[in-house]
Amino acid sequence: MAVPDIKEKWSATINTVTIGATSEQGGTRSSTVSVGGAGGLGALSFEGPLGNRPAIAVEVWDSGGESLPAALREVYGDSLNSAADWAKKAVEFGAELICLKLQGTHPDGGDRSAQQACDDVKAVLGAVGVPLIVWGSGVHDKDNEVLPRFCHVASGENCIVGTITEKNYRTLVAACLADKHKILAESPLDINIAKQVNILASDVGFALENIVIFPTTASLGYGLEYVYSIMERCRLAALTGDKLLQQPVLCNVGFEAWRAKEARGSDEEVPGFGPAQKRGPLWEATTATNLFQSGADIFVMRHPQAIKMLNESLDEYYGPRES
Amino acid sequence: MYVIGELINGMFSNVKKAIQEKDGQIIQELAKAQEQAGAWALDVNVGPASRDAVGAMLWLVENIRKVSDIPVAIDNAKWDIMQEVIPQVPGEKIINSSKADEDLLDKYVPLAAVNNASLIGLTLDQAGVPNDVDKRVELAAAILTKCAEHGLDVGKLFIDPIILPINVAPQQADNVLCSLEQMKMLHDPAPHFLLGLSNLSQNCANRSLINRVYLAMARGSGLDAAIMDPLDSELMDVAITTDLLCGATIYCDSFLEAARSK
Repeated sequence: MAVPDIKEKWSATINTVTIGATSEQGGTRSSTVSVGGAGGLGALSFEGPLGNRPAIAVEVWDSGGESLPAALREVYGDSLNSAADWAKKAVEFGAELICLKLQGTHPDGGDRSAQQACDDVKAVLGAVGVPLIVWGSGVHDKDNEVLPRFCHVASGENCIVGTITEKNYRTLVAACLADKHKILAESPLDINIAKQVNILASDVGFALENIVIFPTTASLGYGLEYVYSIMERCRLAALTGDKLLQQPVLCNVGFEAWRAKEARGSDEEVPGFGPAQKRGPLWEATTATNLFQSGADIFVMRHPQAIKMLNESLDEYYGPRES
Repeated sequence: MYVIGELINGMFSNVKKAIQEKDGQIIQELAKAQEQAGAWALDVNVGPASRDAVGAMLWLVENIRKVSDIPVAIDNAKWDIMQEVIPQVPGEKIINSSKADEDLLDKYVPLAAVNNASLIGLTLDQAGVPNDVDKRVELAAAILTKCAEHGLDVGKLFIDPIILPINVAPQQADNVLCSLEQMKMLHDPAPHFLLGLSNLSQNCANRSLINRVYLAMARGSGLDAAIMDPLDSELMDVAITTDLLCGATIYCDSFLEAARSK
């Protein structure tokens, strides 16, 4: 008796989203990045096209780098004192995108002004040629003040800007429409809300093809199984034709992994866990490869060793990365 | 719910007038309105409006295609007309319909397969509409067998167990539900199951209510397609909500708008 073919057939694919713009395209980037395009579940290449190789973004902050765990401070060194230098270091480590987090604009975290944020963004744009993801503090009023200014300064650069949420989307959608940026749509690991944010953005005129989903996730050991099931449901709905869930997915891996004590704890704090220099990157890389199988399209990473390990895993599926 | 909009039919006076006066605008507006309301496909029926059934059908399709590229269901009971029209229809198309007699299936199923069309197969033969459940299931099995024989993908088959007006045939509504339950076991993956929903409430009061409630009941028994009025927004709300409750779509607070914005 023949072995039954249990491969699923899918009727739709994940949207392809391109980030960045070269001088011919109206920006100043030396390269652009395209993500998405998969026609099956994460990593199941026999069911449909794998799509574009997921992209690795590296996290850079506008300020506050001194609060990172020692294992990260050691590899970034003095570059943490300037967003531009940090970004250059990130590109050395393999960043295809810079994820600039304007957390210093948080009212309780420095309350940097919109002008300072714009200066930071300009400095990073000048320092590196890769495309940008720019992420506000998450405080709605402040984001609505800072991010439109930034959008205008970076007009034409085709960044991803975030985040919009169910409760706060109109201002940022208008700014991204005017200055032609992509949008990062956030939901608290809730597929219903992920869909709702997208339809809200769509209702005020933003094209669904220009949205990237940020589902918020978790790290290894802190509920990754639940994350997988939510991301899988999202991908299944997308593949069966739900246009409100066909957006590529961004995962904030470094942030999640490095707040776990298994990653950030020093050798003295967690004796018996193994050396911190090895443990942290391994925690981050393992989180990332799991999220790859859940269907992640953009990884926001921190440690160069974790980036290297993730790239080695991705090479298994996509072949060596073109440079 | 695969909704096939029923409003382009020569039995309706506006469509009849459009066909007779060659007023394409009316047809185009009906096509757009139904698609915007959430129809997945559009039924096209010349009805009594013209003696040139082929010419009128192609004229209707031509006007629909000026504004819409969703599938069209070519609705005519005569083989000669179907055979001539189907190869000339651009884009996705559905043959509406074939009865379940063997000699008819041997013509209609290959016509669908060769032209990459979907097919609506009625559980109805020369003896008429079955009065019971078993005969419906038997005819559904005959249709499925012919599709396998002639190489028509089961995903392109819609089986219609035939609903009759509730005021005329009170037992048939329940027979259809019971036969849906059984027919969905005939083949894995199952074909689509479809009803001409409006027929249920012909000449009844509270038509929309009857259609709404039965649509939800039939969905629970395995129905996944209906020829119906997509401009009846309450009926469409029911169709969309059954998709949600059967797990075919993902909930969000704006699920009604989300389904219509597809």
